[in-house]
Amino acid sequence: MITSLNELKELADKKKCTDDNSRQELRVCMGSSCMSLGSAELGKSLQDELQSRELNDRYKIKSVGCSGLCANGTLVSHCNGNESTLYEKITTSDAKDLVDSIQNGGLLKDKMCDIAQPFFAKQTKIVLENAGMIDPDEIEDYIAHGGYIALFKALDEMTPKEVIEEVKISALRGRGGGGYPAGIKWESVSKVISEQKYIICNGDEGDPGAFMDRAVMESDPHRVLEGMAIAGYACGANKGYIYVRAEYPLAVEKLSRAIKQATKLGILGENIAHSNFSFSIEIRLGAGAFVCGEATALIASVEGNRGNPRQKPPHLTDYGLWGKPTVLNNVETLANIAPIIKNGGAWYKNIGTQNSSGTKVFALTGHIKNTGLVEVPMGTTLRELIYEIGGGIPDGKRFKAIQSGGPSGGCIPEELLDLHVDYESLKNAGSIMGSGGLIVIDDSSNMVEIARFFMDFCRSESCGKCTPCRVGTTELTLLLDKFIKKEATKSDFELLKEMCEVLKSASLCGLGQTAPNPVLSTIKYFESEYLEGIGDD
Amino acid sequence: MSIATDDRYNTLEKSMKKLGYDKSALIETLHTAQETFGYLGIDTLKFIAKRLRLPYSKVYGVATFYNYFRLKPKGKHNVVVCMGTACYIKGSNKILEKIEQKYGIKVGETTPDSVLSLLSARCFGSCSLAPVVVYDDVPKGKVTIEDSLCDIEEMIK
Repeated sequence: MITSLNELKELADKKKCTDDNSRQELRVCMGSSCMSLGSAELGKSLQDELQSRELNDRYKIKSVGCSGLCANGTLVSHCNGNESTLYEKITTSDAKDLVDSIQNGGLLKDKMCDIAQPFFAKQTKIVLENAGMIDPDEIEDYIAHGGYIALFKALDEMTPKEVIEEVKISALRGRGGGGYPAGIKWESVSKVISEQKYIICNGDEGDPGAFMDRAVMESDPHRVLEGMAIAGYACGANKGYIYVRAEYPLAVEKLSRAIKQATKLGILGENIAHSNFSFSIEIRLGAGAFVCGEATALIASVEGNRGNPRQKPPHLTDYGLWGKPTVLNNVETLANIAPIIKNGGAWYKNIGTQNSSGTKVFALTGHIKNTGLVEVPMGTTLRELIYEIGGGIPDGKRFKAIQSGGPSGGCIPEELLDLHVDYESLKNAGSIMGSGGLIVIDDSSNMVEIARFFMDFCRSESCGKCTPCRVGTTELTLLLDKFIKKEATKSDFELLKEMCEVLKSASLCGLGQTAPNPVLSTIKYFESEYLEGIGDD
Repeated sequence: MSIATDDRYNTLEKSMKKLGYDKSALIETLHTAQETFGYLGIDTLKFIAKRLRLPYSKVYGVATFYNYFRLKPKGKHNVVVCMGTACYIKGSNKILEKIEQKYGIKVGETTPDSVLSLLSARCFGSCSLAPVVVYDDVPKGKVTIEDSLCDIEEMIK
């Protein structure tokens, strides 16, 4: 049991000491992406190779989370003290050569990955600082990297009010897409008088093409738990739920193990660090419903119901889970809390732009060379993200558009590539920040088809409760089909635009209100492709 | 097989007991039931309704709301094509079409001989490896149409 900050530091020192004095590490990425390339088998082959050469006392295999460059998996990093070499595209057949290379130096040169390249050099890691470094299955490793210090600091030295003040100073905004200031949300809940309050972590990353939260939960689960516990202390809640997609079995496994370990050490549970504060966390599984990303629908799902949204107000801060005041934060938002408490809100406020502080994790996918996970300060331009960090468009094709914000977002064309990414600038461009999926589209794609893809997605995910969304998404899909078949008329084009406006203003929840965004943004920037779909009439 | 002699109901009962027959853990219970039985049959749903003291309509309503739950049994083998955005723009819809054509089934259907079920997923979050196809729970990335058809043949052989 750990009951004080000193004991926590002792444990960290002990772990660091054993690590330093022992073996060099071969860190093998065990994120979902590398796992599907066979990284688990690779880890075993490397272990066998070390065993057969009797090198187990000099090297050890460490399973770590995502290092970001998923396009070039499986990634293995060889760490000797402070020096590290990164190897890319390693398969089980490379196990022998890799061990040769680290033993005798430099044999596997063609598979060495340059860590000075912009993909790594241009990133600023706060949320992902531990990803790819620590073993997510070992709480001691997290503690040795400064984990849970923020929680103990808050309990020992700060009042709940001071914690909230620090989060307010940091100006951290919700990373789930809405961008509502986290500190203000916490403050509202802390002010409500109620015997029972809840903290919910939204890990139902429903946007297709986004996998930031999955990587955080898989690579650094304790960071999420720490953020939730601090939120609980600040708001006066003693119970937390993590709502995770069932499609993320690895994340569920890592989080369950992390909760068990933290409870065993007394970091979660009754009277944490001899204080009056108690906090426990349970996992609730989602079951594949995009609408459950909407706050009230998510609450309905956690309660075991169909994920139907309801009218707001009352807001969750007054009437949330089982009618009690509830803070609902996204995984990435909560993962930012521990560093803010440790380093202070002012430190965080200094990173990023005037209105959007801190960093943002993006999932870069689609027609781009370096697909993977990146974390950059707010205000980085799209051009830097695509051409420097992302390495540009492969196969000699040309950039056409970038889609941000998933089915609720929009497409941004080439002329806006120098846009500094933050909440406001993306909104002004007709898209949204969303949770952080960025899908690059090259000139081989038809934008009307892309718009139809998103509309069809919203159609099948509409919960059916309100008519504008249920009927509107269906009618819009059928209309877009006419454009694709080049059978549309001029009046269809007017109807398309009108119906988008109706959906936006009359739908009950965010799903319907934002469903027209992909259509409206492609009409705004790629109108000619719609006009081509209008036949002779 | 009756409920009394079918061991799978025992597994389900244990899981509900562990959760304290909590009505709010209905979705967790449905997950366990699907893992145990492979799908959610009407009898299973009625059993859950009775044990959790919930109306059957409620249990059925929840089971049909979420994409993850299947109300029909799967075939011996299953192939899931990811239809997330990253996979879509890299041609997963064409892979899906070809499989549909070759085996004469639509998404969500099983071949008449119960050998192959074809499913689609919203997103596995393995977007870096797009397009992704999962064969009997083993994901594969950067799949081409030809690869996919070969892999399926190999799987059902």
